[in-house]
Amino acid sequence: MYRYDHYDQAMVDARVEDFRDQTRRRLAGLMTDDQFKPLRLKNGLYLQLHAYMLRIAIPYGTLDSRQLRKLAHIARTYDRGYGHFTTRQNLQFHWIKLEQAPDILAELAEVEMHCIQTSGESIRNISADHYAGAAADEIMDPRPWAEMLRQMTTFHPEFSYLPRKFKICVIAAAEDRAAMRWHDFGLRIVKNEAGEIGFEVYPGGGMGRTPFIAYKSADFVPQHQIFSYLQAVLRVWNRHARRDNIHKQRMKILVHELGEEEFTRQVEEEFQRFLALGTDFPQAEYDRIAAYFAPPPFEAGLSDEIDRSDPDFALWVGRQVAAHKAPGYAIANISLKKIGGIGGDITAEQMEVVADLAERYSFDELRVSHVQNLVLPHVKKEDLYAVWQALVEADLADVNLDLVTDIIACPGLDYCSLANARSIPVAQKIAQRFADLDRQRELGELKIKISGCINACGHHHAGNIGILGVDKKGSEAYQLLLGGSGDEDVSQAKITGPGFDEDGVVDAVEKATDVYLRERTGGERFLDTYRRIGMEPFKEAIYG
Amino acid sequence: MKIITGNDLKTGAVIWWDGRGWSIHVEDAVDVGEHGEQILAVEDAACRVNGGYVIEAERDDAGQVRPAHIKDRIRALGPTVRPDLTLKPADPNAGNWVI
Repeated sequence: MYRYDHYDQAMVDARVEDFRDQTRRRLAGLMTDDQFKPLRLKNGLYLQLHAYMLRIAIPYGTLDSRQLRKLAHIARTYDRGYGHFTTRQNLQFHWIKLEQAPDILAELAEVEMHCIQTSGESIRNISADHYAGAAADEIMDPRPWAEMLRQMTTFHPEFSYLPRKFKICVIAAAEDRAAMRWHDFGLRIVKNEAGEIGFEVYPGGGMGRTPFIAYKSADFVPQHQIFSYLQAVLRVWNRHARRDNIHKQRMKILVHELGEEEFTRQVEEEFQRFLALGTDFPQAEYDRIAAYFAPPPFEAGLSDEIDRSDPDFALWVGRQVAAHKAPGYAIANISLKKIGGIGGDITAEQMEVVADLAERYSFDELRVSHVQNLVLPHVKKEDLYAVWQALVEADLADVNLDLVTDIIACPGLDYCSLANARSIPVAQKIAQRFADLDRQRELGELKIKISGCINACGHHHAGNIGILGVDKKGSEAYQLLLGGSGDEDVSQAKITGPGFDEDGVVDAVEKATDVYLRERTGGERFLDTYRRIGMEPFKEAIYG
Repeated sequence: MKIITGNDLKTGAVIWWDGRGWSIHVEDAVDVGEHGEQILAVEDAACRVNGGYVIEAERDDAGQVRPAHIKDRIRALGPTVRPDLTLKPADPNAGNWVI
C-alpha cells in the first residue's frame, strides 16, 4: 500500500499544527463558531447530537494492521471504545472532545492517516472496489489510480472551494462492488481492442435529495489522460454550478439541467484544452505510485482445496469467502452485521483481533467495504480455518454477506444531527425478524439499505429494499422503496406508497419477501423478480 | 415552556440552561420564556455553549422536563441503541421516555 514520503508527512504534520492553533484560539474565545466551523469541518470534525464526531479518511478503503491498531488505541483513549465504518469506507468516532481533537490528529499522522477532505465542499475520500488487488475478475488493481487522483486533487486550489462535495470511485472489474455509478465521477478501468488500459467514465451520479445514476460520457479515455478528463469535468461544473442554491449545487443537477449531451460536449472541449497543457502525470510518476501496490509475494504451489468438514466453517466459507486472483488464496469477508448489533460498529478489542489476523494471514492488508464490512484480501486457503476460529472467538464470524441481514444503515437519529428518524433500530428489528440463517439463505441475495434522512448516507436509493426515515409531524416515519441496485445492474429504487411506523416498515419488508418467495422462478434473486413482475404485486401485498 | 440547549464547547456534551449555568441533565432545564435568544447571545459570546438553540418542551406528569421533538429527547438521554452510553445506563426503561 502507499506509504507517505517526507512531503506527505510534512503536509499532514503541518495541517495538525494548524488545527491545534485554530482549536486553541476557538477555546480561548478568539474565534466565533461561525469562524471555526469551516476550519474544523476541513479536518473532518463535525458536531453531532451527543458530541463531536471525527471522520477519518481511509483512502480507497485500504488499511494495514498498524493503522487499525492506532484506531483501536484512539477508540479506547479518546472515544468510548468503538468506531463506526461508513458507506464511504471511512471510520467515524462519535464521542470526541474538541480539546483532544488535535492530539488525535497527531496520533493519526504517526500512522500516515488524516481527516482531510472528509467533509466540506471538496473531493472526498476516493473509494474503490474493496477487493482491489485481490479480485479474480479485475483487469488491474484500481488503487494506484485512486491514489494518483488523490494526490493530484488534495489541496489543489481549484478544487478546494468546489460548489459542493464531489465523490470519485474507481473500479477495475465488470462486477461493480463499489456502487460506482452512484458517484459524481465513476471510473471503470477497461482494456481496448489493442490491449491498452483506459477508463470508461461515468459522471453525474449521486444519491441525496435528488438521485441520479451516472451516465457514460466516454467509452475509453487513455489511462494517462484521465487527470485531464477529471479536470475538464470539474471545470465545467465549477463554471456553471448553482452556488446560490444548496439543493442544486451537486454536479448531478448540472448534468441533468444541461443535458448529458451538452455536458459531454463541454467536457470534451475542456478536455482538449487540458491535454494541450500537459498536466497529466508522467509514466515515471505512475510507476512510482504503482510500485507501492505491487502484489504481495504470493506462494506458488498452494492447494486450492478447503477442508469443509466442520459444518459451521463450511457455512462461513460458502458465504463469506470470495475468489482470489492467486491460486491457493482467498478473499475473506468479515461481517460487521451481527444480529441485534449495530452495522459497521466495531470495538477496539475487535479491531486489534482483525489487525492481528491481517498481519499474520493477509500480508498485513485490510479493506473496508462500502457495505460497512471488513475484508482480509489475501488469505491462504489453508489458513482460512484458523482465521475463522479467531473470528468466532472475537464474535466476528457472522454468515450473512449480501443476505437480508447484511443491512447498510446510517447512524440515523441516534447520532446524526441531520437525521429525521432512527435507522439502526429498524435495521436491528429486520435482522432479528430474519435471524434464522436457513431463512436468510432461502431468500438469497437481498440488499437492504436504510437512511435516516434524505441525504441518503444509508444508500436507500440503491437498496433492493430501501428504507428512508422521515419526520412526520415530530414523529419518526419510514418510506419503503423497492428495486434499487448499486451493482453493475444499477437502478434507482421506487417508493411503494404511504409510509409506516417502525414496526410497520419491518412488517412491510417481510411482506415484500413473501411476494418474492411466491413469485420467483428459477434462480431469480429478489431484484430479478421485482424487475420481472413490477411494483404492483408488492404493493398489493403490503397495502392490500 | 421554552428551554435552551446546545453543546459544551470543549467536550461537545449536550447541555441545558438551568437559569445560572449549564447542566448535562435535561431535568435541570428552566423555562426561559421570551429571553432565550438574549441568554444565548451572552453565553455564546462567552464561549460557554456551542450551537445553542431554543426549543419547545413540556413538563410531564412526573414533573420532568420533556423536549417536544424526539431529536432533543435523544440528545437528552443518549443513543437509544446503546443504553450503556446514555445518562441512565442502569435504567432499562429509559429509552421509553424518548419514544
